[in-house]
Amino acid sequence: MLDWNLLSIITFFPLLGALFILVIPQNDKEVSKRNSRSVALWTSLITFVISLILLFNFDSSSSSYQFLERVVIADGLMTYQMGVDGISILFIVLTTFLMPFCILASWESVKDRVESFMIAFLVLETLIIGTFCSLDIVLFYLFFESVLIPMFIIIGVWGGERKVYSAFKFFLYTLLGSVLMLAAMIFIYTSTGSTDLIVISETLDLSNSSQYFLWLAFFCSFAVKLPMWPVHTWLPDAHVEAPTSGSVILAAILLKMGGYGFLRFSLPLFPEASHYFAPFVFALSVIAIIYTSLVAYVQEDIKKLIAYSSVAHMGFVTLGIFTFTAQGIEGAIYQMLSHGLISAALFFCVGVIYDRLHTRKIADYGGLVSIMPNFAIFFMIFTMANVALPGTSGFIGEFLTVIAAFSVSKPVAIFAAIGVILSAMYGLSLYKNVVFGKITNETIKLLGDLTIREKLILFPLAALIIFFGLFPAPILGVISVSSNSLVSFLDIPSISLTEAK
Amino acid sequence: MGSLLNDSLVIAPELFLIVSAIILLMLGSFKVKNSAKIVLYLSTITLFFVSFLELIMPWDISIIFNESLIENSFSRFTKSIIFMSSAFVIILSSRWLIRYDEKAFEYPILILFSSLGMALMVSANDLITLYLAIELQSLPLYVLASFRRDNINSGEAGIKYFVLGALSSSLFLFGASLVYGFTGSVEFFEISKVTSYSEVSAGLVVGIVFILSGLIFKISGVPFHMWTPDVYEGSATPVTAFFATAPKMAAMCMLVNILYGPFADSFYSWQQIIIFVSIASMALGSFAAIKQTNIKRLLAYSSIAHMGFTLIALALPLSPSNIQALLIYMLIYLVANLGVFSCIMSLEKSEGESVKDISDLSGISKKYPFIAFSLSIFMFSFAGIPPLAGFFGKYLIFRSAIENGLFLLAIFGLLISVIGAYYYINIVKVVYFDESNSSITKSSSKGLSITNIACTIFIIFFIIIYTLSPIAELARLAGISIN
Repeated sequence: MLDWNLLSIITFFPLLGALFILVIPQNDKEVSKRNSRSVALWTSLITFVISLILLFNFDSSSSSYQFLERVVIADGLMTYQMGVDGISILFIVLTTFLMPFCILASWESVKDRVESFMIAFLVLETLIIGTFCSLDIVLFYLFFESVLIPMFIIIGVWGGERKVYSAFKFFLYTLLGSVLMLAAMIFIYTSTGSTDLIVISETLDLSNSSQYFLWLAFFCSFAVKLPMWPVHTWLPDAHVEAPTSGSVILAAILLKMGGYGFLRFSLPLFPEASHYFAPFVFALSVIAIIYTSLVAYVQEDIKKLIAYSSVAHMGFVTLGIFTFTAQGIEGAIYQMLSHGLISAALFFCVGVIYDRLHTRKIADYGGLVSIMPNFAIFFMIFTMANVALPGTSGFIGEFLTVIAAFSVSKPVAIFAAIGVILSAMYGLSLYKNVVFGKITNETIKLLGDLTIREKLILFPLAALIIFFGLFPAPILGVISVSSNSLVSFLDIPSISLTEAK
Repeated sequence: MGSLLNDSLVIAPELFLIVSAIILLMLGSFKVKNSAKIVLYLSTITLFFVSFLELIMPWDISIIFNESLIENSFSRFTKSIIFMSSAFVIILSSRWLIRYDEKAFEYPILILFSSLGMALMVSANDLITLYLAIELQSLPLYVLASFRRDNINSGEAGIKYFVLGALSSSLFLFGASLVYGFTGSVEFFEISKVTSYSEVSAGLVVGIVFILSGLIFKISGVPFHMWTPDVYEGSATPVTAFFATAPKMAAMCMLVNILYGPFADSFYSWQQIIIFVSIASMALGSFAAIKQTNIKRLLAYSSIAHMGFTLIALALPLSPSNIQALLIYMLIYLVANLGVFSCIMSLEKSEGESVKDISDLSGISKKYPFIAFSLSIFMFSFAGIPPLAGFFGKYLIFRSAIENGLFLLAIFGLLISVIGAYYYINIVKVVYFDESNSSITKSSSKGLSITNIACTIFIIFFIIIYTLSPIAELARLAGISIN
């Protein structure tokens, strides 16, 4: 294992790139735009390479935290405690992997204030990676919450028509969820005397009732972030108004912070409360899967449809996590990672046609297959993956979570399986209406097929989605030890709970 | 004689301040050419020097002049901050002042005298000294509020502030006389002796309530907040910057001194009052700010809300970490406010007319990216979004509250801070999202830019500054010295 603070390097390298963009001379507008784009691209590529080094040095046979760094800072207010395990490391790689694509995707579509856009994105990357690395509750909150600032700016400055409304909704919803978590974190600090997650998980000893309250406080934050039904309404708005790369980051990574939060905090810190509230979470997940799938079906806006489908797919994640089985948790993580790829790919696809036609209405499209055959192929792969067709990565995650749900509760599993069918319903009808059919809109005939830059974005995503659909072993190999140790940790209190009864 | 000399040495910074203020007054009155500029520079240097002096003076406790003044690490630390922020206000105002009236040398001198009053407020150790200090602090403020002689709003602000200030003084005096009547003394040590071994009498409680009413007026806590928006709006912007910073700090420290000093044993009598004022201030400050269109009124309500947050730390049993939290919160509040005012004063609507409405700021991010950026940083910090300084202030305060078991107060504060976030990010929206429509021009001076940059760096890199600098340690020492 390397011991030169790899996690700090990977976290703060994008910030360094952002500072570099800041000092680019702005004499010539066009030149400085071009420079800032390439600086951002190179920074994110190098960060991705560093994250690969991290991945190759990661010991997947150990369930303990690796690459630990620890400094007490701010007068003992918190510790700068960084570390990764099998649960978090792949999220970091996913983030660094998608970032270059986001920058590529906004290469031409963002024309206004390019420097600021690139800076916001690189800062965002730092904050997201920091969230997944931090093993100190205050440090985690710091990163988790500060994501709001660049995201608010990205939606508000480069967003669509209702950008202000969406940016406010996004900001206030998430903030409201998070402040309760902050209260719970402070309570944990006062009862253990430490903010270090490793110390806390050893010393935290709570009565059941206070566990319930703390669990709910954390739940508020993560449920809004994930988002779960009924607090998901910010997501469609934010998605629709955000620029393409903003939607990609939002769907592919920011949502995962909620699921990651459940795995990192709610389950290990409050095992009894997690068991106690599991039926409640199941109910919400099932409603999310079925209800939002139906809502997605009637959408007229492509981005909104994908946004609702994200909520439905996140329902599988919460379902898997709260089965407390190895399969369920592995499935949930797998689902999050694969949804990261699929939703990113779908939003990129929407970006491709939006850049050409400047409309997101499904009715304005139709018959793209004869004009843009390459696009049609890619879009089909991604739609199929979204529908969870076997052979795509989407299938593995949903399959594992549904199996796990079967072992816990049959009705829940049956409802979840119905959700898979519903996702086929809206997914295929979207594909049919956009790609097939007659060309009703005359301007479509003038459109060109994918450019090289767009192919460069879509091809790796398609390849990975199919690869991980056929060979899930590389991913499962990394996450299995950590999720197994989490499950075995969760089992002990549940047994003692039944014995007590 | 020896003790008089010793006592004078202890308050050397204040004595230095008095002497220089008088010399500068003479200088301004008798030297005609360029006097305003010279007085401006010298008074800034004086304040910085005095602030530095407070830091290097011995920080151990000394009670001087027949127990009428007390010096300890708390008073040293807070006075240093007060002088420092007054100095920054003079730096901010210099450009405006020279343009407004080249002969108006009184402005920095009024600030010097007011700062002197604040210093004495912090170290007062009996009710009479405290009252005199409050008046010494307030009288220059009344004059400053109506400093723009040609402006009717400014005159109105001065009158309003004066009348209500006089009312608050009378409340304070009435309370002080009751306390004297029921304890037999005006000295803090004597009062606390009496209250520690006898039951808290009803008369004393009434006295405390009146004294608190008078003092809460000074920090503009609800229900004595009415003057704040009007005075903020009517006064010249640099004067508002002064109102929003140093006097608030001084009044808060005075509350700490008096509540944990003579009235420490009546804790349960005044705790509920402070909790009520805290909740009411947070709620009113946050809700009333939403509808404001004038930026200074908005900042007034914002300061009311922030005082509410700070009071949470006062509603707790005395402990050094609570005082530390309060001081750090106030320090961050002062810096962020100085920063905001430096942004506002760097912009002009038209020649000589400062920005008034929030909508005037629309779209400045394209013309003046740094001002827009720093203004947004201050707003996010006010809203308590990490990793900016405001978050740590709130974190410390709420940690104190939860440590002491006041869960509901903490949760209420956290939820209300989300409402506050709405109008703070609304300014970010105006600055960044809205289209530029007005003819805003920049009228920055070196002083303004330096203050702005310094405040921005402090707010963004607070966590690094807090880790590396001795601020935390000094605030802790200050907290320990209160007992």
